Amino acid sequence: MNDALRLKICDLLHENAKLSPETIARMLGETPDVIESAIRELEQEKIILRYSAVVNWDKLPVNQVTAVIDVKVLPQREVGFDAIARKIYRFDEVKSVALMSGGYDLQVTVVGRDIREVSRFVSEKLATLENVTSTATHFLLKTYKSDGVIYDDTDGERRLMITP
Amino acid sequence: MNTLYDRLSPVVRNLAPSGIRRFFDLASQMQDVISLGVGEPDFVTPWHVREACMYSLEQGYTTYTPNRGLPELCVEIAKYLTKFGLAYDPSHEILVTVGGSEAIDLALRAMVCPGDEVLIPVPTYVSYKPCALLAGADVVELPTYAEDGFRLTADALERAITPRSKVLVLCFPNNPTGAVMDKEDLQAIADVVRRHDLFVVSDEIYAELTYGGQHVSIAAIPGMRERTVVVSGMSKAYAMTGWRIGYAAGPEPIISAMLKIHQYTIMCAPHMAQRAALEALRNGDDERDRMVESYDRRRKLIVAGLNEIGLPCHEPRGAFYAFPDIRPTGLSSEQFAERLLLEQGVAVVPGNVFGDPGEGFVRCSYATSVELIEEALRRMRAFVQNLAYHPVR
Ligand SMILES: Cc1ncc(COP(=O)(O)O)c(C=O)c1O
Repeated sequence: MNDALRLKICDLLHENAKLSPETIARMLGETPDVIESAIRELEQEKIILRYSAVVNWDKLPVNQVTAVIDVKVLPQREVGFDAIARKIYRFDEVKSVALMSGGYDLQVTVVGRDIREVSRFVSEKLATLENVTSTATHFLLKTYKSDGVIYDDTDGERRLMITP
Repeated sequence: MNTLYDRLSPVVRNLAPSGIRRFFDLASQMQDVISLGVGEPDFVTPWHVREACMYSLEQGYTTYTPNRGLPELCVEIAKYLTKFGLAYDPSHEILVTVGGSEAIDLALRAMVCPGDEVLIPVPTYVSYKPCALLAGADVVELPTYAEDGFRLTADALERAITPRSKVLVLCFPNNPTGAVMDKEDLQAIADVVRRHDLFVVSDEIYAELTYGGQHVSIAAIPGMRERTVVVSGMSKAYAMTGWRIGYAAGPEPIISAMLKIHQYTIMCAPHMAQRAALEALRNGDDERDRMVESYDRRRKLIVAGLNEIGLPCHEPRGAFYAFPDIRPTGLSSEQFAERLLLEQGVAVVPGNVFGDPGEGFVRCSYATSVELIEEALRRMRAFVQNLAYHPVR
């Protein structure tokens, strides 16, 4: 399957996962069959991992806090950071884990019901893991933009309805 | 008895009112209208450009600029035009204007004497004819046809020429048809133009929005530069319609003549908008190219959709308009547009407002979201199917 096409499909679906294969096919000048099989392939190869909505949770009546935690660890022989990262990302509370360059090693995002719950997770589960040498917990106060989406976007239709 | 107002200029009084106005008024009173009638990008101007404008205000760039435009902007424009094989001296052959609109007006006023004939291929953008008439010209419309992809043929041009012919106005990529002229097409036109010693005003404002090929400027064809004014601007390619920055490029004697009118009527294009244009030309290519790719995808979507509905649509190779043939419905362009609006809440522009040969077609702008295009297509399908059950005539 050609890489340029796969890239275009991912680009479109990343922007809007609700696009049907028929629509994508028309937009890219391909047949729906080609698009459907390309998407199947992308799914099988775990290039497309999931289709999900970007939700502004602040607008819903949910109790939820998010913390971004800088974690320093001792890399281990043979497995480097991967083994410890694996141990961390298995926790359900952990929403994302990334290896970083700079002042710390792993950036871990944790979601809990309240500050106490998150703090307990950090002090009891995360900080106590072997090879974790330090943690710094930052609570997220407000999301303005995430994955390219501006949360409070006021960019509505401002154009005149009909113009030459 | 003649009132004071009857003595307003007859040229102005005789100008036809815009055919779009009525639809605008109708659509504005309705709820839940999906508009495919918009002639401008659906992107907001890229942030770095807006930010550059704010910075320029902070810096206090609130003065007049030279009549011709900021020298550094003229330099960027000249540099930009080299991508089409055009070489202009930024200090004598470029003029920054208030939109491409002003450049069209200036070029015609600089070239035309009363009684000269201005040749305008139609259907086309609505401002050339009024500008030519206001300059005192007689307008000769050259019909183009769907069968030719709405391109102007050398034959049609040759046949329309009289001893009074002076200016040929070209608009490719074309609004409303999306037609593009290839190099060979333009060469054939150029032969006729040279033979009859005409001027050319070439409105290339949609040059960047050319799909599946590079835009060719008629000014790049041998013997054409000396007689051609290239008109373009920031509006379409950089999503900057409201900033009102356009430009003209041409040989020094024509640009100097245009500059004379510009300096007495306009003085200069708005300073902060010129600063924004400078930023767009220096750092806006990537974002521009992303917008163009996005139009291209929506273009394919709408063209496929219209053809499936049974409204044959030739492939528009430029701009952001599809121009489907609605004659299979048995309705006129105006009837089609009005009934589609009233019955299904979709606004399109009847083709005849762009000139008589646009009759039988409607203009559908695809500079709107994929979701709205698809919903508009669903509604148009319902409209056309409904007509099939209740045929006209
Ligand atoms: C073909 C064509 N030329 C010129 C213009 C005017 O553009 P500007 O905003 O630069 O005045 C338009 C706007 O719709 C157009 O379609």
